[in-house]
Amino acid sequence: MTLTAGREAETDAHYKAPDVAGYADVSYEVKLRLFDQVKGDMRFGDYLYGCYECGICVAACPSAKFYDFSPRRIAQAAAREDVDLFYQQMQEDIWECSQCFSCLRCPRGNNPGGIITIMREVAVRNGLASAKQALVGYSRIIYKIMSTGTQVSPDMLRPDAFPDWGPETGDVADNLDLWRRALPPETMHTTSSGWSVADRTLVELYVIWLETGALDMIAEVDRGLHSILRELMEERLEEEGIEL
Amino acid sequence: MTTPIAAPITLRRAKAAEEPVADRRSLEDPRAELLELERQGELIVQKIDREAVTVSTKFGREKRIQKAHLWHHKSCGQCGHIPGYSTSIFWVMRKLGYDYHDPHDQTSCTAWNYYASATSNSAAQAAVAVRNFAAAYESGYFPLIHCGTSYGHYKEVREELIRHPELRAQVRGIMAKLGKPLVLPEEIVHYSEWFHALRDEIAAKQVRDVSKIIVTVHPACHYYKIVSGDAIYDPDIYGGQRTAVVTGLAEALGAEVRNYSTWFDCCGFGFRHILVQRDFTRSFATLRKIEVMKEEANPDVVLTHDTGCVTTLDKSQFAARAHGRNVGLAVLSEAQFAALAMGAHPFRVCQLHWHSADYRPLLEKMGIDWEQAWAEFQGDLRRLESGEKRYLDWDDADGTHDEGAPRVSPAGHEHEN
Repeated sequence: MTLTAGREAETDAHYKAPDVAGYADVSYEVKLRLFDQVKGDMRFGDYLYGCYECGICVAACPSAKFYDFSPRRIAQAAAREDVDLFYQQMQEDIWECSQCFSCLRCPRGNNPGGIITIMREVAVRNGLASAKQALVGYSRIIYKIMSTGTQVSPDMLRPDAFPDWGPETGDVADNLDLWRRALPPETMHTTSSGWSVADRTLVELYVIWLETGALDMIAEVDRGLHSILRELMEERLEEEGIEL
Repeated sequence: MTTPIAAPITLRRAKAAEEPVADRRSLEDPRAELLELERQGELIVQKIDREAVTVSTKFGREKRIQKAHLWHHKSCGQCGHIPGYSTSIFWVMRKLGYDYHDPHDQTSCTAWNYYASATSNSAAQAAVAVRNFAAAYESGYFPLIHCGTSYGHYKEVREELIRHPELRAQVRGIMAKLGKPLVLPEEIVHYSEWFHALRDEIAAKQVRDVSKIIVTVHPACHYYKIVSGDAIYDPDIYGGQRTAVVTGLAEALGAEVRNYSTWFDCCGFGFRHILVQRDFTRSFATLRKIEVMKEEANPDVVLTHDTGCVTTLDKSQFAARAHGRNVGLAVLSEAQFAALAMGAHPFRVCQLHWHSADYRPLLEKMGIDWEQAWAEFQGDLRRLESGEKRYLDWDDADGTHDEGAPRVSPAGHEHEN
């Protein structure tokens, strides 16, 4: 069996047709451009060296145990520069990764989880269907981290958001303000952020999001959220007299 | 599922002959690299300038852990959802008499979001890290990282800044706009390393016997898998084959640490999954971790040392219990466990009422009357509700006015007595 035939056999066996999987097929040139964006990331050379095909990364991978997912396939497609398969992985595989980096056990020195981090970034930046789908329901988290400087807040602990976490979540929600005031560290009396972040510090964070283009990445996956955050940040910077 | 190829796969476009192809997962001595960059005027290195404990890392490099005068880089998930994790870290440090600073000018590392959604990039992540490190540097306190993901991610960022001058230039430019320097600490230190390094001092303050407590340890992936060369290992603990943190402390306190086969598995947190795809998280946490621990070790408690691990292992058991699975295991950070062993109040300090898995059998086995403790805490809450006090403070946490403890100023600054 030839390399190509083998690859196609695997593709047939493990990947859906684009229309079935819910994303548009694109030309080879577009796939190549996406691949080149991943390969062009400064970290790519630190994350990929080849593949011994030992399967250690798969054995260590939690997502491989519960999904049709394989960090080895990711590393191999990247190493072969198989842009067709790579595109399919960007649409169908990468959001299953747990980002635990157990795959760093790779004896060749690969970092499949790191490659996936870059692939996800490119998927977001280009507004791929997989990124939009994976981030459904996640917008409030992006809003929270970008606007308050803390990822999760006490007031997120609501029974309707976490019904599977047991009745204790309801106890927290019912007593939130009181229980927060019972915490000895004075930085932690907050309910809408993990701790009290200084106003000046938030402004500095906004400068970082705007200067690095991180905020604009969101535009491709959630234009409404992007508009809200941009307005919030630019208003605060204007109040502070900061021009970028 | 396997790809039918006999030979190992090499990169299709071979790297240039002169390009290094050695394993670059972690630098041999990042501290030396930082000091060299500082010598070249590229960045500032914040030095360890107080008494420190020297420990050994995975490949033998010595790492120093500063004991006092520490800048607490808090954790979003700890402060937000399991606040007794953070309060226990502070409480233990206070009880040992070491001063610290709990800053307001700290943001999240934002790595939870980055690993979940990828709605960021290398430059933003590095700038967030350096801005926090600069805030610590300006305060004169040395950073201590509470979150395992922050710790792991900051090590990644450090490696990227060392390897990529273009990234340093970009971050330096952003920091200049903020009026801050490009600064990194001499060592990136996780709080569990501080607990490990000071485990004998902690054990010396122990007031509760935990020798009958059976413990399993979940080592946190982002602590020892990302840039693994920084993690603490000890030949006397697991023969140096697993990280020594958590286990070393539990053993120093006299608890019985039992082994289980899936110790290397992650907890199932998944970053994105814990928030919007928890079917995976629940399944992995219960089937691969909690049930295996129960079957193979039957512990009283699982101890771990990261935000996501405590959250995942604790919160995932409720739904599994409804399905009659073999779950029901208290989940604590080792900081909470150490605090309890040192006499901390289970609710005023360790805030166990924020947890989901049943911790009461553990408390009973530790000789703690949780019903009385809960009544005491309810009394505290009545004081708040009546308006007698707006907030509880550290004196309230101990139920006493401890003249020997460091004081907290309104700005959050700590002062040595």
